Amino acid sequence: MEFLLEPLAYEFFRHGLLAALLVGSLCGVIGVYVILRSMSYVGHGLSHAAFGGAVVGFTLNLNFYAGAGAMGLLAALLINRITRNGRIKPDAAIGIVTTAMFALGVAIISQVRTFSQSFEAALFGNILGITGEDLLIIGLVTISTMTAIFLMYRPLLFSTFDNEAAQVFGIRTEAVQLIFSCLLTLSIIASMNVVGVTMIAATLITPAATARILTDSFSRMLIYSLIIGGITGITGIYLSYIFNAASGATIVLFGASLFCLALFARLIRRKLTMHTHLHRHGNLIHSHLHDHLHGHKHDAEDHKHTSNGAKDN
Amino acid sequence: MNSAVSLSDVTAGYEGNPVFTRLSLEIPFGQFAGIVGPTGCGKTTLLKTILGMQSVFSGNVLLDGHPAGVARRSIVGYVPQLGSIDWTFPVTVEEVIMMGLYTSKRIWPWSSKEERERVHDLAHRLGIYECLHHHIVNTSGGQRQRAFLARALINNPKLLVLDEPTSGVDIKTQHEVLHLLGDINSEGVTILLTTHDLNAVASHLPWVICFNNGIVAQGRPRDIFTNEILTRTYGGDIVIVRHEGYFLIANSTPLHAMVNQP
Repeated sequence: MEFLLEPLAYEFFRHGLLAALLVGSLCGVIGVYVILRSMSYVGHGLSHAAFGGAVVGFTLNLNFYAGAGAMGLLAALLINRITRNGRIKPDAAIGIVTTAMFALGVAIISQVRTFSQSFEAALFGNILGITGEDLLIIGLVTISTMTAIFLMYRPLLFSTFDNEAAQVFGIRTEAVQLIFSCLLTLSIIASMNVVGVTMIAATLITPAATARILTDSFSRMLIYSLIIGGITGITGIYLSYIFNAASGATIVLFGASLFCLALFARLIRRKLTMHTHLHRHGNLIHSHLHDHLHGHKHDAEDHKHTSNGAKDN
Repeated sequence: MNSAVSLSDVTAGYEGNPVFTRLSLEIPFGQFAGIVGPTGCGKTTLLKTILGMQSVFSGNVLLDGHPAGVARRSIVGYVPQLGSIDWTFPVTVEEVIMMGLYTSKRIWPWSSKEERERVHDLAHRLGIYECLHHHIVNTSGGQRQRAFLARALINNPKLLVLDEPTSGVDIKTQHEVLHLLGDINSEGVTILLTTHDLNAVASHLPWVICFNNGIVAQGRPRDIFTNEILTRTYGGDIVIVRHEGYFLIANSTPLHAMVNQP
């Protein structure tokens, strides 16, 4: 127990821990929509655009978050604009816009090598880099994003599931998409110093994907993903402290371990709940595996149990 | 009295290229009509135009006498092509139906008692109450179609629009869905659907619109399902077999001839 309490004596660790908890929970919630709206690549791209913006902001003596935020939001707007008429697909637009912005940042760093070190935290995450200002930004973004998601739960769910029908029913799907893109951008920018640009996509996706394995209910998936994201953030920071590794890497590795565990648990559960039945349809008798997790029912007349593991006929 | 759907001299399409030009169409309230035509003939564009979701270059599209884009929210129930749905999405049948109420002013994510009662009543009526808490992937084709139908009906629409409700389901389910639509129509709901299944249309629908980048013909199936009209609609030889009031419509080109075509 002492090894858990000992690092709390340091202010930088307390800052890092709180930031990781907030960022983990925030990414957990946003990530559910990211994977269900097939926007994983958007998350990956926006983080790179935000990095380019942070570098540009630094050269213009702007605040880190102002540069990253402006470039990230500009990227989100440009992607929405370019893909609006359907001629250019989103993945192509993301590839062009966000990589160009990242390249701009890399080009500036390579010209002015003296500040390349300052951006290591933004690339790979570093708990030593979490300042009081970072915590304030992360806290504000977390509260505002969670509030927006709460208030937009219904239109966001409908448009995520069936965008065309949502539009017919009267939901302003383009506005919903734009607001969500802005929330995603803000979340990515708030997470940059904790997990790093290169790891943000995994931080967004992994808790949501793990939650998806555990449940078939959307509301439960949101709650599970929030909890898994928070736990992943806290554990990742402790691992970062213990092994003296980049916080982004330890958070992502722990998240991936939880995902594998959930996958394994599901496989075991499926195996235990599978039954094989003999079916009779008139004179035709055959057997196949049934999964009892999903409400399969037996027809007493037409089914007979056989042992587990029998092959389909 | 206003028509449910009124298109006058409408030209619509994509990026300046019209799919149909100067199209006029009236669908009165109480009608149960099907739009048939070959793939790529503009059926979906026509549906989107009626729903006010398509760029209209010229002409007027009215629903119950009001511009379609404004009126659709209050009078239309819509069932999309189920082929476009992600069945692995984590929602239950109840959640799918509940989405029909997501345009109300309620901001709380959870549903109210009154909303749940409405969903349960409708699910009872459509025979899917037993599977309300099933994940959508674990339901049959017929149950899925009824779930989406329930979502479209939850706001008591005057006009129900369905995009290919008979595709991807077996012949028994197809029959059940069309019968159910017939029952809904008899309660006063105007129904407009698109389909590829001419035989189902011939046996269930009172009104058909043959469409191929414009209206080729419209009327009762028995009047307009002629070799001449269907050939003009589909561009190939169609055989119609009539027996004791029933139709059987088939492509006249033998399979072996199609296989041997270069």
